[in-house]
Amino acid sequence: MNAPATPKHAAYICSGCGLGDQLDIAGLEKVAKTEGKMAVIKSHPFLCNAEGVQMIKDDIANDGVTHVCIAACSRRAKAEAFSFPSVAISRANLREGVIWVVAEGSDHDEVRQEMAEDYVRMGCAEVKKMIAPAGNVKETSSKKILVVGGGMSGMTAALAAADAGYEVVLVEKTGALGGFANNLHKRVPFNGPYAEAQPTGVAEMAAKVSGNGKIKVYLNSTVAETAGAPGRFAVKIAAESGSVSEELCGAIVQATGFTTYPLDQLPELGGGQANVVDQAGLEAMAKAADGGAIKRADGKEVKSVVFVQCAGQRGTGGNGSGQHLEYCSGHCCATSIKQAMYFKDQNPDIDTVVMYQDLRVPGMGEDFYRSAQQKGVIFTKAKVNAVKGGDSCQVEFKDLILNEDTGTDADLVVLATGQVPTSGVNLDDWTATVTAAESGDAAAVEKKSALQKISVLNLNYRQGPDMPQFKYGFADSHFICFPYETRRTGIYAAGPTRRPMDMFQATEDATGAALKAIQAVENVEKGRAAHPRAWDLSFPKARLEGCTQCKRCTVECPFGAIDEDEKRFPKFNEERCRRCGTCMGACPVRVISFENYSCDTVGMQIKSVNVPDEFEEKPRILILACENDAYPALDMAAVQRMTYSAFVRAIPVRCLGSVNTIWITDALNAGYDGVMMMGCKKGDDYQCHFVKGSEMAYYRMSKIDDTLKQLGLEPERVQTQEVAITDSARVVKMINDYVAQLTEMGPSPMKGFG
Amino acid sequence: MTTANQNAAAKYKNNFLKEVEANVEDGHMVKMCMQCGVCAGSCPLGPHWEHSPQKIFMMIRAGKREEVLQSDSMWMCTSCYNCIVRCPRKLPITHIMHGLANYAHRLGLAPQGQPTRDIAKLFWNNIIKTGRVNELTFSLAMYFKDGFGQGIKNAMAMQGVGLGLMKAKRLNPLEILGGHSCKDKSGIHKMIAKAREIEDRRKGLA
Repeated sequence: MNAPATPKHAAYICSGCGLGDQLDIAGLEKVAKTEGKMAVIKSHPFLCNAEGVQMIKDDIANDGVTHVCIAACSRRAKAEAFSFPSVAISRANLREGVIWVVAEGSDHDEVRQEMAEDYVRMGCAEVKKMIAPAGNVKETSSKKILVVGGGMSGMTAALAAADAGYEVVLVEKTGALGGFANNLHKRVPFNGPYAEAQPTGVAEMAAKVSGNGKIKVYLNSTVAETAGAPGRFAVKIAAESGSVSEELCGAIVQATGFTTYPLDQLPELGGGQANVVDQAGLEAMAKAADGGAIKRADGKEVKSVVFVQCAGQRGTGGNGSGQHLEYCSGHCCATSIKQAMYFKDQNPDIDTVVMYQDLRVPGMGEDFYRSAQQKGVIFTKAKVNAVKGGDSCQVEFKDLILNEDTGTDADLVVLATGQVPTSGVNLDDWTATVTAAESGDAAAVEKKSALQKISVLNLNYRQGPDMPQFKYGFADSHFICFPYETRRTGIYAAGPTRRPMDMFQATEDATGAALKAIQAVENVEKGRAAHPRAWDLSFPKARLEGCTQCKRCTVECPFGAIDEDEKRFPKFNEERCRRCGTCMGACPVRVISFENYSCDTVGMQIKSVNVPDEFEEKPRILILACENDAYPALDMAAVQRMTYSAFVRAIPVRCLGSVNTIWITDALNAGYDGVMMMGCKKGDDYQCHFVKGSEMAYYRMSKIDDTLKQLGLEPERVQTQEVAITDSARVVKMINDYVAQLTEMGPSPMKGFG
Repeated sequence: MTTANQNAAAKYKNNFLKEVEANVEDGHMVKMCMQCGVCAGSCPLGPHWEHSPQKIFMMIRAGKREEVLQSDSMWMCTSCYNCIVRCPRKLPITHIMHGLANYAHRLGLAPQGQPTRDIAKLFWNNIIKTGRVNELTFSLAMYFKDGFGQGIKNAMAMQGVGLGLMKAKRLNPLEILGGHSCKDKSGIHKMIAKAREIEDRRKGLA
């Protein structure tokens, strides 16, 4: 709903939960009237009960109220009660923000009341700048799910989405469904008693996919181009024959799997030599034997076999050099156990030794491990130093229990090599190549077209053709906080392309990704953000007439939501947007805003605070707290009745990335003594809900020191802190220490000039 | 016994684990060890032996036959059962240690002059004579195991305890004449001989 012709502002002040005992409610009403300029002002002893809520509803329905400021508890409390979708709402946090955190006793009555009055001023100022968001409902949006990759993950995702009633398009590069699982003899067991290897079941699954009326399968095909956004991905599917089909899809699951680490990269472990194979090589042998005696390439029956775990993985490189893969691929221990069973089940007299450094069999794998021990597989904790292939392979190793260097020979050596994700183009590489190509570098032009060939999705996004990669090239986002999300809205990675995993984990992963894809198309249809702000109807709007085409928004958007139009203005793809506001924080000319969150909604709050002059010895500190972690931490501190200084004024922000430097300037100009920003952990193990938001905030703030010095201010007056949701005790100390530090520094020299 | 040893070594060739599984009490559980080391960390006598149970099990799998059977580790076990209680894989470690000790003894590979082994031998020889432990002769055998002079010294050192026990009627000096036996001494002897015969036949130790 757009702004109605006559906005009418109302403030509702609650006196329940002890607010009436500790605060002068009449004083707050006066502030709302004289300074907040609210047309309707009411107080209620129990605002969130049916009667209080009805009072507000009646005013909205009968009295034409369009803007509501609720001065009661934190915006994180009573969200269901205070939900009035047709009007703009602000929340002045008097409970968690004031009475629960200001020290008790009449000594503190004055500062407590001042703090409450400021929050009422802020709530009134904020709501006047807000518009109730109407959402971004599109006439046509597709709910079809595109699955790229027809292996175990892809097929599982396709079936999960189809079973939930969604149309699926499945694109597979090769001529058959099944992917890597087609090469396996058997699989690690999916279910109890976890004692024996199981048939892979891949053929049955492929038949189910082929026979499912809701799944359209493109074999021998790749994705030639993906344009658009969630709900309207226009996908060109190129078949090997040269024909191109087009599909309109709502969301994408990328399940492109992995390749095995090249054996010839491991010469120190006998890679490339006779009778040294990797796990995939052994699967081929076992498949050929089909339950009979497993034979080597030269036709000789294998009578003794050594499995070398972590070959070229975990930075061990076989020779401790730290080369090869840095990570553990997770599945190889269980896979080697399964493969050792191939031998023992066929002939218990075959010597099978698994040389491991740490045997990692997550989940029920421990039972599988025990079963192999029962079958007589020998497990030796050892670091393998060298393998020499040949008719009798030589394995040199250090026994880590007996602490001695020794060796053994075997007919066959199996190297447990790692998974390398098939995640397409590395975007850093892409950006560098494109920049070089644009400046006329011929080699770069060639490299660009080579990169385009390895791209999986061929997105026509300004930010590059594939998803951003996390560590080691995996298309992950954050494996703990956001396991199924990637950094491209509506596109979900599943299976070993996201992180190394075994077949069972891949099927679970694929189910999760399919559900995420469904969530995305459903939210798009309702005109809402996908996640994490799944209820959010607001979306960024830009006043392009003021835009200077600096491109910061397009570059800094963590999700690649912003393209450029023909005239090089930013082109917002709302469906790709997660509503973090990082673009708003980036914009130097402040032309980007949301209907209910903008430079003005926060700026007016900052300006509305009553800043005492330098003689009153009451400093004012602005806290801009990320609403995902820092603001809940502050609320939790309040719930635990920890006390912090009554001189701070906290404003929740969607993400530190949305903090525009104008707010800092506004605050310092208004005479605030300090500004403290609280955001999530940044870096490789970030916890930012919007991936790069807090990092961007740090980066921007690192640049403002010079500006502060020009103003004659100490750099300490602006601080950026990392806060986790569990940090309630720490955050209190942080605030109190900062207030003490600022008190020592003395009042801001800017006071009185605002 | 050296013949038995040679026979066993020949029979199982390079597979000491199989030999242990066939001939040692609870030996079939050795393969289930997952090398976590909890037994080694739990053993109150851990620092005093050559090899911890964890190492013994690893050595068995690595085929170190002579080293295992000649180790003093199994003889140092006091049967406190800490390791059994704590083993996450439920290995009867104490039983396996005693089984290994017995097997090494029977093959003639157990360490010579190892004190706990000597006591075990004296105790066995004492108890099978009459079917009862004769505390007086057992104590005297202990005192004199390192020679007559040392025996006199030991006895003199312990005389206070001995007299005290006699006063309290806990020690009968007449027991030195042979002492009382169980009801069916020859039955016990026959039973033990039969058990030995069965065991020897099964393990090829005859």
